[in-house]
Amino acid sequence: MSPRRMAVRRFVKHRAALISLIILGIMVLFILLAPFTARYGVNEAVFKTSPEKPNSFLSPRGIAWLGTDDIGRDLYSRLIYGLRVSILIGLASAFFGTILGVAIGAVAGLRGGWIDDLLMRVTDLFLAFPFLVTLLVLRSVMSNVPWLKPIVGNPTSIRFVVILFVLFGWMGVARLMRGQVLALKEREFVEAARALGASNTRIVLRHLLPNSAGPILVALTFAVSGNIIAEATLGFFGYGPQPGAGATSLGKLVGGAKGALLPGYWWLVVFPCVILILVSLCVNFVGDGLRDATDPKLDGNR
Amino acid sequence: MFRFVMRRLMWALPMTLIITFVVYVALRVGTDPLASYLRVNQRASEKKIQQYIETNGLYEGFGGYVRGYLQWLQGFVTFDWPRSIKGSREVWPEFRDAMFNTLRLGLTATFLGILIGLSFGIFVALKPGGLRDATVSTSSFVAISTPPYVSALLLQLLFAVYWSKWFGQSLLPTSGVYPPGHRGFDLVLMIKHMILPVTVVVIQVVAVYARYMRASLLEVLNSEYMRTARSKGISERRVLVRHALRNALIPIVTVAAIDIGAILGGLIITERIFSYPGLGDFFLGAYDNGDFPQMMPWMFFFTLVVIAFNLLADVLYAVLDPRIRLG
Amino acid sequence: MTNEVVLSLRDFRVTFPTLFGDVQAVRGIDLDVRAGEIVGVVGESGSGKSVTFLGLMGLLPKGARISGSATVNGTELVGAPRQVLREVRGRKVAMIFQDPLSALNPTHRIGHQIVEMIRAHQSMSKAAAMERAIELLNDVGIPQPRERARQYPHEFSGGMRQRVMIAMAIANDPDVLIADEPTTALDVTVQAQILEILQKIQSERQAAIVLITHDLGVVARVADRVQGMYAGRVVERGPVAALYDHPSHPYTQGLLRSLPSVGRDRLVPIPGSPPNMIEPPSGCAFRVRCPHAIDRCSLEVPTLRVVGDLESACLRADELRSVGP
Repeated sequence: MSPRRMAVRRFVKHRAALISLIILGIMVLFILLAPFTARYGVNEAVFKTSPEKPNSFLSPRGIAWLGTDDIGRDLYSRLIYGLRVSILIGLASAFFGTILGVAIGAVAGLRGGWIDDLLMRVTDLFLAFPFLVTLLVLRSVMSNVPWLKPIVGNPTSIRFVVILFVLFGWMGVARLMRGQVLALKEREFVEAARALGASNTRIVLRHLLPNSAGPILVALTFAVSGNIIAEATLGFFGYGPQPGAGATSLGKLVGGAKGALLPGYWWLVVFPCVILILVSLCVNFVGDGLRDATDPKLDGNR
Repeated sequence: MFRFVMRRLMWALPMTLIITFVVYVALRVGTDPLASYLRVNQRASEKKIQQYIETNGLYEGFGGYVRGYLQWLQGFVTFDWPRSIKGSREVWPEFRDAMFNTLRLGLTATFLGILIGLSFGIFVALKPGGLRDATVSTSSFVAISTPPYVSALLLQLLFAVYWSKWFGQSLLPTSGVYPPGHRGFDLVLMIKHMILPVTVVVIQVVAVYARYMRASLLEVLNSEYMRTARSKGISERRVLVRHALRNALIPIVTVAAIDIGAILGGLIITERIFSYPGLGDFFLGAYDNGDFPQMMPWMFFFTLVVIAFNLLADVLYAVLDPRIRLG
Repeated sequence: MTNEVVLSLRDFRVTFPTLFGDVQAVRGIDLDVRAGEIVGVVGESGSGKSVTFLGLMGLLPKGARISGSATVNGTELVGAPRQVLREVRGRKVAMIFQDPLSALNPTHRIGHQIVEMIRAHQSMSKAAAMERAIELLNDVGIPQPRERARQYPHEFSGGMRQRVMIAMAIANDPDVLIADEPTTALDVTVQAQILEILQKIQSERQAAIVLITHDLGVVARVADRVQGMYAGRVVERGPVAALYDHPSHPYTQGLLRSLPSVGRDRLVPIPGSPPNMIEPPSGCAFRVRCPHAIDRCSLEVPTLRVVGDLESACLRADELRSVGP
């Protein structure tokens, strides 16, 4: 590979991750400061310019930068509030899912034997089925077992969706952690710690976890975008969370685009879609950048 | 090899039974067939309800689930499938039609997608690091980050809605296999209806396989035996085809066989948006109605497909890569 | 030796452009190799010894720049069109690599890999080429060659794989055999067997063999002449015996001191590490690690000159010669 190409490649790669990080930073700033950055409340109709003129389905203009929806609410403001819910769901479920995955993977790797076999078979099974089918079946089981109700809450609540994604999202990390544990287990420093009488918990927390922090962080990042997309998918098909009266999420907004399609209200289709692509793309790019940064084995070619 | 396949096949049967039993319990708990039945038949008498429980094996408790599963399984293999809850229709004819529709869509999209994806991957791996690489890599990243329904929405907006606004008539149909009311077979119409859904699936498949192929081929190209091959004085073409491509394709074939679940998953979403009457649409319809008798065959069929393709992946890998020994 | 020169390098240079500047891996090498002799090329990793020979074969990654002259039987290789290089590779010059497991294609049968080599340069039917491949496997001491030819590289032991590499390399009776660390990855006992095979090839086929290694012990066993390399230049060269007895360059002396031998209590490694080749030290590149360096060493690039039976590129060669290893 010529040096110029190497330079181009590194540049493009790092630049993409960097730009993505900046865009995400701006987004987070916007959603944190939502009361100031959003021009209207999440459920507030745009002010009517005159009593006769309707305020619904306005195309983008001064009073509503990205247009309005069927009952005259400002799409720009709703996107900010929707993004807030989606990112919250994405972060929370990725975080707890990763913790669960690390714990399960560490147990499988350290214990071995039938626990390991069982966990890996369950993982295989979960990963083999199309994710929407698994999510839907899991969702209906969760919402139909009476004694789970107090824990998981209403199927339309954010808590329910987060728990659903956590239950669905630990498998990838568990595999990764198990592989890391199996590889690291044989290494000398772990042997030494064991010889000194360290417990399994201690070995995991003090030795294995810091040594596999890189790959886990990368997996966590990809889980964030995966869960944001999963929320949007559920929302799109009408199985998503209904966070509070009038509150919204990216999934709901993208789902709302279906009805706007045929009449040609393009802004209701294009803007939610673009924001969804942008969020997941940026998070993925950051994950990719992190992978390059944390994996010393990767040379410029991969 | 033969013994390995036989042993795996013998394993496949208990595996299928265990998985489908777990799925059976999950669906019984999750969709509660009896409740669905009562929703549809609100004035059913106590006697009728009891009869429905008996004929469908909807007993309670773990023992009841086992009994119910075995009863269901017996009916399933003897082709005595329970009728759907909604409309009390026969399940098999609808399932069969959906299956053929999905096969047509899925095979076309998978074939095209893998072919195009691999070509892109090769194209990029042979000249890594340049503008070409950056373009293809970034595009495939964008495609992977775009859920299929989003690309479907945007394609529909462009080719159906706005096309007809600008040019008077829509370019491509956005739903179904044929226009409403159409009868009989019409290849051109059928292809026209498939273009948009196939495109949506192909975008995803291309992106995934371009990345796979690029990584796999780059690894082979950087390996030492490529240097040996060049040091022999054979043509560069032969070096690339016989040594590089052949070896780079081995892991891809395996991945392709395992990936069938992911591709079908993309199909489910795509079918729904384009109201394409395939297995995905069939499943989501059944899920919405809580229609247990329709969902169970679907799950059983899918479990078989997943197990079969996993077996196929193992066998293919062993056939293609001499280093793998089947024990 | 009065045999004809088959491989000749003159002012041979290799440069790799990188993000941080040009790496001057090889900085003007001269070398003559005659038919029927074994020349050892010795140096630490990073001294440019492998790069030199990969470079003349055109096997370096794209982007590497090669200049100077490299001729095989009078055919110039530097700047040669691809077609010329292809005819040289495997036919006139064949190579053996360090790690035979990764150097052999894991998914092709052994016999097939040799057949491919034969048929690249000789018009021969597949069956005839396979017979020839089996013969070659037999020649390098592989038992049951007919059965072994149908197996894959992973079914062979390390030593056997290296024999396969050698069989493949001699398939077209090349004029020059370049063995790049052929024994480094092998057990000591297997090393000896492989070196014996190389010697047999030298005597029976009158092939010239270039033995690239960092192990002076290997060179001492089989080579006729030695060429020591440091930082992309030749530091000392001459007949094996002379170099072992009276090395005059501090680097060669250091290498010899780091070698285990009978009657030596401890091994003395050369302090420091090879220089950064983007900005190599001025003058003599070894001066930064040299115990005998003087001010002049940083000003003047020492050239090879005759010191006894050897040629040495050290300004103080005459005085240091007496110091011995």
